Amino acid sequence: MDFQLNRRQQLVRKMVRAFADREVRPHAAEVDANHRFPVENVEKMAAYGMMGIPFPKTYGGAGGDYISYAVAIEELSRACATTGVICAAHTLCTWPIYTYGTEQQRRHYLPDLLAGRKLGAFALTEPNAGTDAARQQTKAVLDGDAWVLNGAKTFITNGGYADVFLVMAMTDKSKGNHGITSFLVEKGDPGFSIGKTDIKMGVCGSSMTDLVFHNCRIPKDRMLGELGKGFKVAMSTLDGGRIGIAAQAIGIAREAFDQTVSYLRSRKQFGRPLAKMEALQFEMAEMATQIEAAQLLIYKAADRKDKGLSHTKEASMAKLFASETAMHVTTKCVQFHGGYGYTKEFPIERMMRDAKVTEIYEGTSEVQKMVIAAAVL
Amino acid sequence: MTFRVLVCAKQVPDTEKIKIDPKTGSLQRHGAPVKMNPDDAHALEAALAIKDAVKDTTVSVLSMGPRQAEDMLFECLAMGADHAVLVSDKALAESDTYATSYVLTCALQKMGAFDLILCGSKAQDGETGQVGPEVAGRLGIPQVSFVDQMEVEPDGRHLLVRRPYRRGHEMVRVKMPCLLTVSGALNVPRFMSIPRIFEENPDLCVWDAVQAGVDPEKAGLQASPTRVIDSFAPEKGGAGVMIKGDSEQETAALLLAQLKKIHAI
Repeated sequence: MDFQLNRRQQLVRKMVRAFADREVRPHAAEVDANHRFPVENVEKMAAYGMMGIPFPKTYGGAGGDYISYAVAIEELSRACATTGVICAAHTLCTWPIYTYGTEQQRRHYLPDLLAGRKLGAFALTEPNAGTDAARQQTKAVLDGDAWVLNGAKTFITNGGYADVFLVMAMTDKSKGNHGITSFLVEKGDPGFSIGKTDIKMGVCGSSMTDLVFHNCRIPKDRMLGELGKGFKVAMSTLDGGRIGIAAQAIGIAREAFDQTVSYLRSRKQFGRPLAKMEALQFEMAEMATQIEAAQLLIYKAADRKDKGLSHTKEASMAKLFASETAMHVTTKCVQFHGGYGYTKEFPIERMMRDAKVTEIYEGTSEVQKMVIAAAVL
Repeated sequence: MTFRVLVCAKQVPDTEKIKIDPKTGSLQRHGAPVKMNPDDAHALEAALAIKDAVKDTTVSVLSMGPRQAEDMLFECLAMGADHAVLVSDKALAESDTYATSYVLTCALQKMGAFDLILCGSKAQDGETGQVGPEVAGRLGIPQVSFVDQMEVEPDGRHLLVRRPYRRGHEMVRVKMPCLLTVSGALNVPRFMSIPRIFEENPDLCVWDAVQAGVDPEKAGLQASPTRVIDSFAPEKGGAGVMIKGDSEQETAALLLAQLKKIHAI
């Protein structure tokens, strides 16, 4: 057992931290205030190989591992949680293509996606199928040599800017979970359109939209994986995705924590720095411990994924604990900043808003508990 | 047209993170965080910019130091350098700039012939700015120090470089092979590339003194003539005072009053 990141993983942390500080952080407040999708960040991340970290070079990836990927999301999210989730949601499209795609599909899609020339999205949630994801109402029917999709998806991250969408649809309702199949839909496919864009409380720069399929015809070879195995594709994708969101959450928590450390050291009340007050010291000590514990859960889940071991339970534990830690830490950090923390003058309120969604997307905390309970009971 | 460019780089204590021994007042080097010397990163960026512009250019990096400096060389490779050599040998410890320039000169001659050698202007720890010029002296090639702009001339044999002075700058046309020491104003160093971090076989060699072609008698503490008597920051010159009134007459009146006040007139 080795609790140190290896040399390459450490270099990834160093590189992404420097990148995030110089290129991402200066615009984070503006991206949030204007609800602006930071296209330029995606282009820059792409240039440095950040859009395909845990994939082999054969397909245009960086040749890295999932721990490095988690470290990168964490560091990006310290500077800007919006930028972190753009990269994480993109990976929800690239990973299943790499894992379940035919060689032809891999060769066709991965080079552009992993080099960041194209952006990916993952479409499972529907207005009536959220936590109960198996109740898919989007239908796909085979018509000659084409699949015809009808239905709608909602809360799709990267929706307005993605080029390739992994879409789950019901191909045989009578079979329940086993009647769901996954498909690759491209921007511009006939009958496919982007619906309304949601205005959110946090991660304001990320694009979250509805998708609408109205007699959307796609070639037969756009089916990803086997017929009726779409639910498995989605669930295994989310196992890895949860590591990414956990990393995003802990990036937010660490940033809020670090900024609060500086604040408590410099802010004086009653003639001494706040950092000297035991009530605050104890709270900070607890939060530091929670952050450390969450990081260990994340790296453990990522390590199991890198080793090809099952990681469903571990990823859910990491996501549950990291997201709830992020919410707790950011809420406390706003409190410790007092009135200043509640103003837009300090970035700490943004982190509290950004943290909330990590308890919701890619499976709510309640879903994580269902997954963990299923594994332990 | 291709170029063989060598960058000399040094690992230095990270001055933002390093602690100072409260008793001795010196840097606590043991176990201290380290980083690539900032000026050397600019030298590497200058080399990589040539590689970007001129096909088949190779960029090599040379360093001397403890094995720990391998980490810095991995960073150089991840930024885009092709090869790296670390000369690391206990016999070389405590070398001053004179002995260091000897070691680097031996090693780079073993590495091959170079059209251009780039060094940082100064190392952040020693601040002498001597090693680069000494290497040029030992090789008998032209050198320009403190370069803050450079371009390769179309003939591929000369460089046009700029170095600043207190009141202006000097443009120097220099023939390759040559050595430049560069300042932080030259460029903005690129980040490492993630695919390069995961390069399977990074080309990094560690040489001992013998492999570097060094005569151990001419390196290390015993071959270092430098003796440090004292080190201090130069005294700050007096800052000027700007006098400005709403009109020329008023400004003149203020100046006159000020001169009278200090009994200058």
